[in-house]
Amino acid sequence: MHLHEHQAKQLFADYGIPVPAGRVLTDPGDTAAVAAELGAEAWVVKAQVHAGGRGKGGGVRRVVDIAGLEAAVTDLLGSRLVTRQTGPEGLPVNAVLVEQTVALARECYLGMLVDRSRERIVIMVSASGGMDIEAVAAQDPEAIVTEVVTPAAGLQSYQCRNLAFALGLEGKQIGLFTHLLNGAWRLMNECDAGLIEINPLVVTAAGELLALDAKLDLDDNALFRHPALAELHDPGQEDTREVEARAHGLNYITLDGNIACMVNGAGLAMATMDLIKLHGGEPANFLDVGGTATAERVAEAFKLILSDAHVRAILVNIFGGIVRCDLIAEGILQALKEIDVRVPVVVRLEGTRAREGLALIEQTGLPIVTAADLNEAAHQAVAAATGN
Amino acid sequence: MSVLIDKNTRVICQGFTGSQGSFHSEQAIAYGTCLVGGVTPGKGGQTHLGLPVFNTVQAAVQETGAQASMIYVPAAFAADAILEAAAAGIGLIVCITEGIPVLDMLRVKAVLHDSGARLIGPNCPGIITPGACKIGIMPGVIHTPGSIGIVSRSGTLTYEAVFQTTRSGLGQSTCIGMGGDPIHGLGFVECLELFESDPKTRGIVLIGEIGGNDEERAADYIKAAVSKPVVAYIAGVTAPAGKRMGHAGAIISGSQGTAAAKIAALEAAGATVVRSPAEIGAGMEAALSG
Repeated sequence: MHLHEHQAKQLFADYGIPVPAGRVLTDPGDTAAVAAELGAEAWVVKAQVHAGGRGKGGGVRRVVDIAGLEAAVTDLLGSRLVTRQTGPEGLPVNAVLVEQTVALARECYLGMLVDRSRERIVIMVSASGGMDIEAVAAQDPEAIVTEVVTPAAGLQSYQCRNLAFALGLEGKQIGLFTHLLNGAWRLMNECDAGLIEINPLVVTAAGELLALDAKLDLDDNALFRHPALAELHDPGQEDTREVEARAHGLNYITLDGNIACMVNGAGLAMATMDLIKLHGGEPANFLDVGGTATAERVAEAFKLILSDAHVRAILVNIFGGIVRCDLIAEGILQALKEIDVRVPVVVRLEGTRAREGLALIEQTGLPIVTAADLNEAAHQAVAAATGN
Repeated sequence: MSVLIDKNTRVICQGFTGSQGSFHSEQAIAYGTCLVGGVTPGKGGQTHLGLPVFNTVQAAVQETGAQASMIYVPAAFAADAILEAAAAGIGLIVCITEGIPVLDMLRVKAVLHDSGARLIGPNCPGIITPGACKIGIMPGVIHTPGSIGIVSRSGTLTYEAVFQTTRSGLGQSTCIGMGGDPIHGLGFVECLELFESDPKTRGIVLIGEIGGNDEERAADYIKAAVSKPVVAYIAGVTAPAGKRMGHAGAIISGSQGTAAAKIAALEAAGATVVRSPAEIGAGMEAALSG
């Protein structure tokens, strides 16, 4: 789960990671009050969306007077911000973060994440802050210094010092950095974070350290033990169909094509998308109905698929294991009775009681194409979508 | 012969009396698995499915001589269950549970590294040696004893490979579902090593997907140490970057973890990479006769 910058910074503050003084605004009418509270003469206004590249997308504005502040807040709130990570429709800006501006001396990068191949938490720093860390890794990998933390020992002070000296910090900054990193380490472990990124981590003109930006991802699997953090979820930043799908226990992702697929199992669902592409079509979605696909779930899945106006054909691909194909077939037929399906449906059933399932579908006389194998199913679906 | 499990492997179930544990234990018994008991804390001394229930894995191991455990406990308690099995001396731990927090798995893996216990999963279909021993949720009926070793990150895609190799008459020596989580037990490399040294296995099917670098590491190992034909399929060629495709481990970060990179690495290592999941069986027939 992604958090907004302002939510992440609140958690940073709770864990002793210094952040700029700031206030969240959702109503432009509160601008003057917030400016007075913050008491600065120049501010930065940051659109709160779940995407990077906000600066280049016009979502971060520096203003030097109250009129400029009011204009920036009014302009951003209620708009949709398009960045290189959002796609052309952008994301809704329902909140902005207003912060005091800070006089900077240097910008650095700090990241803490789970490294799946090492099976450890890894901390990365770079003196090239403010830049995309992937770009740094590609152009100048030597500029990234890492420390790997052993689970049994936890973060050690020498590791903090190694990273601090690698960043060129000095004097009391070594202690400040160690304190900051220990806060991040506790946040990572106590909140089940998957990623903490501070880019840039700045050294101010006064020599203090400050997290100027904040990115924090939480492990969805661990939210059951953090009910208060789960409340921070903002469904407004996600595709409406993906949010709807989750409410029904379906795993759905919108794609650009016009052939919808409904599959059991995540790997087979990806493979089905690939197969559509291989046969010259474009998948409209990823959809895993799960191992225990019931008639209700199948019906909900059809509704979801059909809410995408681009869909020209539907490919149902089920490999019955523990789930019996005849029960899935009943679910499909039930769904088609309830919902007006206006596009061709191609069904491939294999595995447990597949023959019985296909017989059920063929008996009904509904306009459903049954396919004998995977390749034929994809071929039929592409042909149906293109009208050939 | 087979790898890791055979008809004599003594198996217990953790989460034995729960609905999942009960259902899949019944299925395992019906398949012929040597299930010798189960564990549900607080229900020790009872009998379930005609087998003894124990309070602790330690007691189950002492009384039954169990060598393997299948875990069906909820995600919140799964890390504890894995560590309990390892502490009791279980050599092969198969964790079916989906949705275990990543940081729990980091701690589990660090302990397992020292204990020497082997873990399969979590978030996996399990392991089966056809006709001998089934530990997991896979449908036993589609398998047939034979000569192909299958290792996969995906459940239903494994069933596709099984179905196709059954239909072509090759059958399977052992099938291992390593699971869809980013932090997991046995990986491709360990499974390739096991299949390479198993005399009954003539060919190996490897099913990967986007995310991580397990496939790239497998490619390095194939190049260095595998003499048997390997047929691979990688799911997720059309997956968009940054989106999690169902499995927690299936995400492309930046340019890392793409299907294209994995396919290129496996082909460079001499594996046959089929572009369609429908061609896994035919690909293996061709590789064995070629």
